[in-house]
Amino acid sequence: MAPPVLVTDHWYDFRDLGNLSSRLLESLADVLPQGAVYVLAAVIGFVASFVIFVLPSQLFVGVYGERKLIARVQSRYGPNRVGPFGLLQPIADTIKLMQKEALTPKSADRALMYAAPALFVAPCVLLFAVIPFGPNMVFADTSVSLLFYVAISALPVISAFIAGWSHNNKYSVFGSVRMVAMAISYEVPLVLGLLGIVLFTGTLSLQGITIWQKELDIWLVVLQPIALAIFFIGVSAELNRTPTDIAEAESEIVAGYLTEYSGMKWGLFYGMDIGYALAASAFAATVFLGGWTLFGLERWVPPWIIFIGKTHLFYALFIWTRGTLPRLRIDQLMGFAWKFMLPLALVNLVMVATERMFWVEQAADDSVVYVFALVNIVAAGALVYAWSRILGYRPEDYPTKARLVETAGGYVPIESAKGGAQ
Amino acid sequence: MSGIVRSEPFTLNIGPQHPSTHGVFRVKVTVDGEKIVDAEMVMGYLHRAMEKLAEERTYTQNIPFTDRADYLSSMSNNLGYVLAVEKLAGIQVPPRGNAIRVIMAELQRIANHCMAAGTFINDTGAWQTPVMWTFREREKIIDLFEMTSGARLTCNYMRIGGVAFDLPREFEPRARQLLEGLPGFFDEFEGLLVQNEIFLARTRGVGVVPPETAINASLSGPMLRASGVAWDIRKADPYCGYENYDFQIPLGYQGDSFDRFLVRIEEMRQSARIIGQALDGLPGGPHSTQVPLALRPPAGDAYARVEGPKGELGYYIVSDEGPSPYRFHIRAPSFINLSVLKEMVVGGTVADAVVSLGSIDIVIGEVDR
Repeated sequence: MAPPVLVTDHWYDFRDLGNLSSRLLESLADVLPQGAVYVLAAVIGFVASFVIFVLPSQLFVGVYGERKLIARVQSRYGPNRVGPFGLLQPIADTIKLMQKEALTPKSADRALMYAAPALFVAPCVLLFAVIPFGPNMVFADTSVSLLFYVAISALPVISAFIAGWSHNNKYSVFGSVRMVAMAISYEVPLVLGLLGIVLFTGTLSLQGITIWQKELDIWLVVLQPIALAIFFIGVSAELNRTPTDIAEAESEIVAGYLTEYSGMKWGLFYGMDIGYALAASAFAATVFLGGWTLFGLERWVPPWIIFIGKTHLFYALFIWTRGTLPRLRIDQLMGFAWKFMLPLALVNLVMVATERMFWVEQAADDSVVYVFALVNIVAAGALVYAWSRILGYRPEDYPTKARLVETAGGYVPIESAKGGAQ
Repeated sequence: MSGIVRSEPFTLNIGPQHPSTHGVFRVKVTVDGEKIVDAEMVMGYLHRAMEKLAEERTYTQNIPFTDRADYLSSMSNNLGYVLAVEKLAGIQVPPRGNAIRVIMAELQRIANHCMAAGTFINDTGAWQTPVMWTFREREKIIDLFEMTSGARLTCNYMRIGGVAFDLPREFEPRARQLLEGLPGFFDEFEGLLVQNEIFLARTRGVGVVPPETAINASLSGPMLRASGVAWDIRKADPYCGYENYDFQIPLGYQGDSFDRFLVRIEEMRQSARIIGQALDGLPGGPHSTQVPLALRPPAGDAYARVEGPKGELGYYIVSDEGPSPYRFHIRAPSFINLSVLKEMVVGGTVADAVVSLGSIDIVIGEVDR
């Protein structure tokens, strides 16, 4: 599917920076030796995505924004000393981290402990290669980019496990074993949820999914609310974001697989945790929120700004949950994946397959997706409610107030004083 | 399957330095995977020989020591100690002094429970938000303490025969303003948590203490009441005129961590009620009686107990007519409540153990003294 060109494809049209880089590479292809232009393209793609998007987002949304937003949730001010509104706080944090000594315990496996942060960073860079920032602003527009994303985003688990194992620390082993168990469990419903998207759009290409949403003028979030919920919870678990941050559960296992890391080695993990969350947000913005499109507005506003805005909006969800929710226990979390999310994902898949079948077999008009959207939203609500009831969710059965008695005495059986009544 | 995958238990030291042991306390747990098969408590890292040191100082000089036992509720600790000395020396406290003591003790209970509830939810994994919210309210109470006694945490406010200073003029309006806001805060805080499915899943049925165990282990305070035992020193053995105030004892249902949370929230409500009544009926007159500086109580012993925020806080003092106590003993509620930790955590997971420990509400300064 050819991406629709914007108003112009002049190199100076800043609405799509892909024009500029492709013009540059085309003219260089004649001069440079065979193949060198591909290396150059990779460098440009890396530099562009990281300098324009990832690094500033990490610093000013991942660090500053998170600290500021959580501070407001917690009725505090947050960073407000370094620079205007504390905006330079992330820079100060980075400088502090670089100055800090990165300790290595004597009993640790030095080689593995050094290798783990580097291995953790690499897949994050790869993830941004397939994310479409604009009609031409995608580095590797492969036809299987969704699959690529899912595969690569599972890699950091391995380096987290290496990190946990290398410390020779029991808390770290706890953390890394939890992380692996969790990632394996959550990968299954996550992929099944995304399968619904693929069935609907009929493509595995992220650019293709974006254009599908643009052509039908509908975002997949309204067509696939269950898939979005499953994706959000699944990546929360894989990325160790609250309420599923049990691999780094501070109150239980100190810092999980990061316990012995300090200085910039820890800083790499921390920064790239944000990087992965940003990648997940970018992926969600592409797949569920229409990517760089905004109902025609992308003609006037640079699409990459729309895309970055959507990504940050989705990232705010991670910050919000982090500020508000307590953490689940590991067995509850695993139970949730297998007992709740997996059946829902399967039901969702059947629903999508039926709708797709109807759409194709009946050769229905494209406007039938609006009916699907309505049906799916209602069905999502009903399914979630019914399934949680079946699994024993009974909030009204629990007492919400302590019972009260007037006089001191011995044991008061529950029957004699019920609820808030005296 | 068990024949193929073999697992063996290993020892994990939770503490002495660990984010959720609330100080320097150590639990040596033997875990099989995530499941705890044995737990051994190691305490004493913060031992300061408080009881021995007290034998070298005069009765008045000992009051600041009690601040440092449970440093999160110094007013209640002061109160327990001065009550014991007054009982020993037969000193009467003027009514205004008693009323001020009640106001301070109840404010201290709210401050302590704010801390306990906040850190407890922090232990379940909420990222600092509840603790910040409760600190916001606690801060207002600490401001009142600062206004009255000059200190925020270790107040050293109670004196033998009364209190150190009378209430400042601006105390009452500020206290009333606080009391107006508190019920709304309790409702909001409770409303956010008691229906939260994650919070329920983490705390209900975790760290259950049956009423028989609670009584046999001599538990007291919210720990005992959460198990459904109606016991409150303020009702059973009133002091400082608590018999004149109208309040109720909150009780839990099955003695799990969630019930302890509910009981603490409700206790804060009841405390706010008591403070309101005490402010309404604040008598005039002196706030303290004259007590000789070098107090030499008659030979004998006395035990006075108060319902501290954490449970029955008792002070046992033996006098040999000297200027300092012959023997000084603190019945520390945190220490005794902590003794059931093993029963609470064995069989659960590491995550449950942290929640159970958080629900006990310990202060290591009081456990180790």
